[in-house]
Amino acid sequence: MFRASLRSPIFSLRPSAAKTLTASRVLAVRHLSQEARAQIQNAVKSSPLVLFMKGTPSLPECGFSRAAVQVLDLHGVPPEKMKTYNVLADDELRSGIKEFSDWPTIPQLYVNGEFIGGCDILLGMHQSGELENLLVKNDIIPKVEESLEAQPSAA
Amino acid sequence: MINLDDLEAAIRSALPVSHLEIEDQSNGCGESYAIVLVSEAFEGKNTLARHRFVNDLLKAQIAQMHAFSQVCYNHWSSIASIRTSKPSKVERG
Repeated sequence: MFRASLRSPIFSLRPSAAKTLTASRVLAVRHLSQEARAQIQNAVKSSPLVLFMKGTPSLPECGFSRAAVQVLDLHGVPPEKMKTYNVLADDELRSGIKEFSDWPTIPQLYVNGEFIGGCDILLGMHQSGELENLLVKNDIIPKVEESLEAQPSAA
Repeated sequence: MINLDDLEAAIRSALPVSHLEIEDQSNGCGESYAIVLVSEAFEGKNTLARHRFVNDLLKAQIAQMHAFSQVCYNHWSSIASIRTSKPSKVERG
């Protein structure tokens, strides 16, 4: 239930500022410690593409996470440019990442440290061709070749 | 859990709705919903901003569910594209 209180301008929160906050805000701050935040920050940047998911790519434990993995697989994202974190294996990460991203669900995709979205957004971008463009632009997959037929005529 | 009527009421009271589909994907236990929402409130927002907007409006409701899936459009004309390519049809290549 703490999820409801987990949205605040967290980046600007410092101990001095926290004193003036309401009780729920303070709770939210305490919930994601500076340490946990720093860890997630590192995780987000640990690879060009980072996916926070339930389960692992070979054994997803949720249909939404499975779909995310499959889409990335479809685009041929190479393993060395991708890292996944199993939030089911780490309770602190599971709740922490939701607050960190200000996003209520898992999976969550980051590309070069930037939050891209969850499963719906990922699938939507896959369909529109935006995902491929994004992956190419970020040097995660090579331009053209392999996926000629999937290439929407992006100018 | 949250029931479908409450979810619909919450959505309709939160923003102007020109089209709304709510699908209970949890077989009635109220833990998993997928929505398709068309609203002028999405005008000028990209997909991520739309989803964040909805997540924020429905924060209390989403907190009571296990899963929530959304497709947001600012205009009817965009709907046709999802009819022909539903997100769930993702297959391993």
